[in-house]
Amino acid sequence: MAFEDQRTTVYKIDPAHPESETLPTLRTEELLLNMGPQHPATHGVLKVILELEGERLVKSTPVLGYLHRGVEKLAEDGTYHQFIPHTDRLDYVCAMYNNFAYCRAVEKLMNITVPDRAEYLRTIVAEVQRIIGHQFWLGTQALDIGAMTVFFYCFRDREILMDWFDELCGARLTTSWYRIGGVERDFTASLLDKLKQFLDYFPPKIDEYQVFLETNRIWIGRTKGVAIISAEDAVSFGLSGPTLRGSGVDYDLRKAQPYSAYPKCEFSVPLGKNGDTYDRYWIRVLELYESVKIIRQCLEQMQDGPIMADVPSVTLPPKQRVFTNLESMIQQFKLFSQGFDAPRGEIYCGTEAHKGELGFYIVSAGGGKPYRLKIRAPSFIHMGAFDHMSRGYMISDAVTIFGTYDIVMGECDR
Amino acid sequence: MLLQELASRLQDDFSAALVKTVEWRGELAVTVMRDRLHEVAQFLRNDPAMDFDYIVHVSSVDWPDDEERFEVVYEFYSIRKRHQIRLKTRVPESDCVVDSLTDIWKGADFMEREVYDMMGIRFRNHPDLRRILLPDDYTEGYPLRKDFPLRGKGWRDTFEFLDETAR
Repeated sequence: MAFEDQRTTVYKIDPAHPESETLPTLRTEELLLNMGPQHPATHGVLKVILELEGERLVKSTPVLGYLHRGVEKLAEDGTYHQFIPHTDRLDYVCAMYNNFAYCRAVEKLMNITVPDRAEYLRTIVAEVQRIIGHQFWLGTQALDIGAMTVFFYCFRDREILMDWFDELCGARLTTSWYRIGGVERDFTASLLDKLKQFLDYFPPKIDEYQVFLETNRIWIGRTKGVAIISAEDAVSFGLSGPTLRGSGVDYDLRKAQPYSAYPKCEFSVPLGKNGDTYDRYWIRVLELYESVKIIRQCLEQMQDGPIMADVPSVTLPPKQRVFTNLESMIQQFKLFSQGFDAPRGEIYCGTEAHKGELGFYIVSAGGGKPYRLKIRAPSFIHMGAFDHMSRGYMISDAVTIFGTYDIVMGECDR
Repeated sequence: MLLQELASRLQDDFSAALVKTVEWRGELAVTVMRDRLHEVAQFLRNDPAMDFDYIVHVSSVDWPDDEERFEVVYEFYSIRKRHQIRLKTRVPESDCVVDSLTDIWKGADFMEREVYDMMGIRFRNHPDLRRILLPDDYTEGYPLRKDFPLRGKGWRDTFEFLDETAR
């Protein structure tokens, strides 16, 4: 596809040469190439129309929407509780954090304070999810660029946590463990043991991932200095998460607008310098260490207590009571079928998911259903900067740039 | 800057442009007149005390019973000053056009395209106002409007279903 163009643009025959009349006229137009929607490196169904000059990208136009399911419209038809499983399907490799972000938004709307133990449980599981998300990113991004080994190592360790999720809530990917006002169930002794074991097991493995990648000259060559974005541009495009911090912008919602148990933990926010793919990789690796640190602190500080806020008009009764107690069953039934009466008003609540700022803007006109629910999906907003970040790079770097956003189309197209 | 200070500062500078200022759940929402939206946004971006350098989201709400049916919602954040503001404006259905803010925040490009796609609000001076999530040739309207049925419309009802139970 591309070689034909390269040959024509670079060398032209001298018109004075006697053979010039017998040779066909050489074309010098730009080549238009569709990448996707079924390309393995596009992480789902993303299409980008690349305008090429030789192998250089002149312009790229993302074509989104192949996975559009109208989640925002669906939200308007269900009660607040009923929307929680839909949030799993947004960013399906990071379901717990979506639940978390949504529950926090509804809690802000309803002005509910979550009990301490629930906050710690939420923070621990959110950080476990961040580890899973970064492992997934590390594995697939390296695989896209051609470094295959690290993929297997990441997925080996990710599997431990997936099994842990399985034990926690019965699902590996679409978890729905968070509830408005708290969490669905507490940790068991076996879960705590397994988590502690993992925390001892995991940090040496992170070093292992790094050895695989940083001794790989091809991988280094394809990430260092690729997809550079300046701090000003990154902020102006509304990038968030590691993609923004890679450019050295100190913006992490866990620090800027502390929530849940994060203010009680000590951790640092790694920042990049050059704003290239390598810096964003480096930040994510450092965040793995920070997540381990946060989980350890939470486990130490966590005290016994309730795991659900006591606001019967909004929060669900404990599951054991639903099966044995008539009032609780009626309460559960009413909360799911009619919902709770939300006050009129509107809120926006952003949460630092591992991809970036995942926010929910909820407009309530009273009643049990949201009047309008808007999801601020980091993947979608990152795609807005794709054209800017890809100009001038090689066609093969387009794959690196998808990877550097940690893009998931379920969230991008909603 | 505290929310009250922000609100009073805007009140001083743009008293004629402000329609409503609401403070709820620790958030400030300012509704401005449609023709002054760009000017107010420019002020929010450039004034050193405001310094809203980060665009959080662009959204839209449909209120079919109101005279000015649609509400366009912008949310800005200041990374240096750590304050947030929601800027809103209302547009009637007959003339749903708003000035685009893509010249102030580059990220507004995709976000405004999504609002156009989902709600049918046009943005003046937008560089590339096309549908983004739905196909370019989609003609069935704007799905997030309240008069768009939940199960969609058009092609779904035209399917012929084979009755396989009657055998």
